[in-house]
Amino acid sequence: MEKRLARYIWTHTRGQQLWILLVVAVSMIPYFLSFDLPKQIVNGPIQGQGFDQPGATQTFMNISFDLPWLGTVSLFDGVELTRMQTLFGLSMVFLVLVIINGLFKFYINTYKGRLGERLLRRIRFELVDRILRFPPSQFKRMKGAEVSSMVKDEVEPLGGFTGDAFVQPALLGGQALTALFFIFMQNVWLGLIAAVMVGVQAVIIPRMRRRLLVLGRERQITARELAGRVSEIVDGIGTIHAYDTSNYERADIASRLGRIFKIRYDLYQWKFLVKFINNFLAQLTPFLFYCIGGYLALQGRLDIGQLIAVISAYKDLPGPLKDLIDWDQTRQDVQVKYVQVVEQFSVDRTIDPAIQAVAIKDAGAMKHPLAAVNLSLADDSGAKLLERVSVQIHPGETVAIVGGAAGGGDMLAEAFARLTWPESGKITAGGDDLLELPESVTGRGISYVSADAYFFYGSLRDNLLYGLKHAPLRDVSYEGSRATHRKWEINEARLAGNPDYDVNSDWIDYQAANATNRDDLFTPVLSVLDTVQLSKDILDLALRSTISPDDHPGLAEGLVEMRHALRDELEEAGLSSLVVSFEPGAYNTEATVGENLLFGTATGPALIGKAIGKNAYFRSVVGRTGLDRILFDMGYSIAENAVELFADLPPDHPFFQQLTFMTADDIPDYQLLLQKLKGKGFEAASEDDRGQIIRLSFRYIEPRHRFGLLTDELMAKIVDVRRQFHDGLPDNMRGDIERYDPEHYLASASLMDNILFGRISHKHSDGSKRIRSIVSSLLNSLGLLERVIDIGLDFNLGAGGKRLTTVQRQKLNLARALVRRSDYYIFNRPLPGLDHRLQDEIVRDVLKLVRRDGRDPAVVWVLSNTALSSLFDRVLVFDRGLLVEEGTHAALVENNGIFKELVSS
Amino acid sequence: MGTDMLLKDEVQMLRRVPLFSNVEPGKLKLLAFTSDRVSYDPGEAIFHQGDTGDAAYVVLAGKADILVDSSTGPIKIAEVETNSIVGEIAILCDVSRTATVQTTTALEALRIRKDHFLKLLTDFPEITIEIMRVLADRLSHTTSELTEARSRARKAD
Repeated sequence: MEKRLARYIWTHTRGQQLWILLVVAVSMIPYFLSFDLPKQIVNGPIQGQGFDQPGATQTFMNISFDLPWLGTVSLFDGVELTRMQTLFGLSMVFLVLVIINGLFKFYINTYKGRLGERLLRRIRFELVDRILRFPPSQFKRMKGAEVSSMVKDEVEPLGGFTGDAFVQPALLGGQALTALFFIFMQNVWLGLIAAVMVGVQAVIIPRMRRRLLVLGRERQITARELAGRVSEIVDGIGTIHAYDTSNYERADIASRLGRIFKIRYDLYQWKFLVKFINNFLAQLTPFLFYCIGGYLALQGRLDIGQLIAVISAYKDLPGPLKDLIDWDQTRQDVQVKYVQVVEQFSVDRTIDPAIQAVAIKDAGAMKHPLAAVNLSLADDSGAKLLERVSVQIHPGETVAIVGGAAGGGDMLAEAFARLTWPESGKITAGGDDLLELPESVTGRGISYVSADAYFFYGSLRDNLLYGLKHAPLRDVSYEGSRATHRKWEINEARLAGNPDYDVNSDWIDYQAANATNRDDLFTPVLSVLDTVQLSKDILDLALRSTISPDDHPGLAEGLVEMRHALRDELEEAGLSSLVVSFEPGAYNTEATVGENLLFGTATGPALIGKAIGKNAYFRSVVGRTGLDRILFDMGYSIAENAVELFADLPPDHPFFQQLTFMTADDIPDYQLLLQKLKGKGFEAASEDDRGQIIRLSFRYIEPRHRFGLLTDELMAKIVDVRRQFHDGLPDNMRGDIERYDPEHYLASASLMDNILFGRISHKHSDGSKRIRSIVSSLLNSLGLLERVIDIGLDFNLGAGGKRLTTVQRQKLNLARALVRRSDYYIFNRPLPGLDHRLQDEIVRDVLKLVRRDGRDPAVVWVLSNTALSSLFDRVLVFDRGLLVEEGTHAALVENNGIFKELVSS
Repeated sequence: MGTDMLLKDEVQMLRRVPLFSNVEPGKLKLLAFTSDRVSYDPGEAIFHQGDTGDAAYVVLAGKADILVDSSTGPIKIAEVETNSIVGEIAILCDVSRTATVQTTTALEALRIRKDHFLKLLTDFPEITIEIMRVLADRLSHTTSELTEARSRARKAD
């Protein structure tokens, strides 16, 4: 990248800079005209100069020039106007000039602003483009947050400076020179004094500013490091908590902030010192004029008129000069920033842009063998990780790589994926060096998976299909204003040197996923998810989520219908006791007393959480029916039982998990409450105490808690109160509760709750597991599975995929590669978090899956479980960076070598 | 729900389990409360060989077979009686289930989760001793069976 900012700006904005200079020059004409006009108005029509006679007229708007050689050229002879007419005429001209000047200013400022913003866009893009082309080793040395703070913050001032980069010095320099020239015209000696003082300013001030620049650079670097540290704290928060080092981090941040403060304060002090000296020098010149000029005038060696003219001409000099010095300060400041950033981004061995060129057309299969030729790899310190390995992977072949932890097989896999570049030797595909092939060939022909999975913030679907987004394959067609906007986007992108690929295009390469378009993508995707055993997880995610029925037309109805199908299915399997359904006229023993009473989900503020206890309508219904007394007695028994059971246990005892209606901290409170209420009953209890006690009854489930508090009579009573509650529900509360209705979808409940429309019985130990498998097969047979999985695919993975478990992440990472049709699959210990049985199943299934539809890709699998190598055509055994054995599994077992040791260990 | 079983009934049943006979009723009630009450149909597996062990079971009523997988199919090695404990090995030794337990009649059990079970052992030494007794009993039983099998094998040679 260009090291000098001025040159960089000039290269990219030359035309615009010249244009804006021209516009500025032209704008000077009305600007200077408007200076003279007030004098004309005051002297002419107002004071009456030239209108001595009543009815006298003057020529207005005579436009003529005295040109050398041509004499007077008259463009417009003008009109004769009276004094009053002239007044209005000249005032009008003044108004017009004000508008013209304003418009010029407006145009120039917006033009400069746009120029700056475009350049900012260009430079930011260039920086990110370079990041995309850095060699892999570079990323071991950079912190993401520091780089992003460079791209985002550090280049920002460049945009503001661009518009002024050339216009400002030209304009201000011109003004300063003019003023100086005027002084010289009046008196050469005084002119010399002024010129010398300007010279002194021009030499001293920049020198003093060198320190400012050093401080500025330090400020930039420390701020960048701070950004890096903050992001380290965020990323490493688990480690910080685990080792109780939060205060070490606090100390580190505080000391950094202290340093930044010191730098900034130094900068501040120094800046105002420079300002003070600058102002002083500027004021020194008039002092010299008064002093020396006055002395000369008194001596009679200088005309007083001249002196006054010099002094009045001088007042135009400090303004532009100060601005010019300020401009220079900004220039140096941004230059420093720019150099700082450019240095960080100047990296050797960046990837040639041609290698990453966008390729709409598929380059076709990689038919040649992938070969390592005399390949040696080394780490940053120079330690050899792989030594002179030569090996060929033929198309269609399955190869297992085994060996100890530092065997080097994993490094070979990384080299095949271009993540590690050879120290010597090379990797070839056919005759070509792999590093010189376009990424559009290798990045599609080769799919690489390691345990180190990165996921982008977004939905599961986005991440699963990420490996298919190589190029904007199908453009979106825009109409009307959106088409105009798209045109504008393309134009602007080009002007700023950005590519104009449309991010809204359909980037997904369906062919590569064994599909033809969006609609038939599901089948291949599901088979991949099944292979890595992730579909069950995704189904669970979907079943736990709530949807708005309007967003998924037809699905809600389908799920409501499924309730009946599920009921029949369970009956047929003799499992009807597994789920106890909600029925409007019956008590559901597997649900809480509260659920039975409300028979719906509280959705509004009036009934949610503790608010229900204060809701006047609810209390009136419960009080009228006498249920409050009954629930009070029930809650009292629950409290007694809980206190009896748990009072002696320490608060952190694991048994408290089972106590669903209280926390360990509540126990002493209830102990006191029980003592207070002992033998007094409902009537004597205060409002608050009643609430505390009744609250407990709401969470009670008889089969779970087994205190024996629920009689048939009471259940019937609760159902009756439920009916009364719903029948008399005031209109303004209808939005506060969504009632359980066997024929309608409940928008506030999860998909699973909607399907079950009941509670899973506590009596069956693996009830929920069984139900899930029944629901899953039922969804499949009803043709709803696709739509439900689709909802699961909407699940947002969070930052870096952290909302998934490690095992799920590894599975998804594998799935992401398997979705793509590739000629080579390189699996580098992709599933270390899984137990052996699962690994075994997945390896077998993956080998089957990649051969679907008669395809014949090569598979290289670095195995953590050596026993699985019998599934592969050929086995490579690595030990301490060397390829020590190679052959079929059977042959290696025969051979009494390292392999046999590995298998038996 | 004719077979409704309340906490106080469970406590009575637990007292009949030799393992808990020496534990005071208040603690037994706590144990019952913090365990899950589960029921199984005849022929249903309580757990499978190879599963990760997350709970132990106290059989309150019903019977089950202990089966071990072999190349010729499952072999029955023992029977689980009412009032006995099963599945404690996997949670004590952190190994996967060493056998499959399959009911032969309808069966009612208390499911004690692993962390609760371990807490129980540290809180009540009398239960720990009882568990040791059960395990030692089983070991001696297994040893005698092994001896028998060996001598049979020798005869077959």
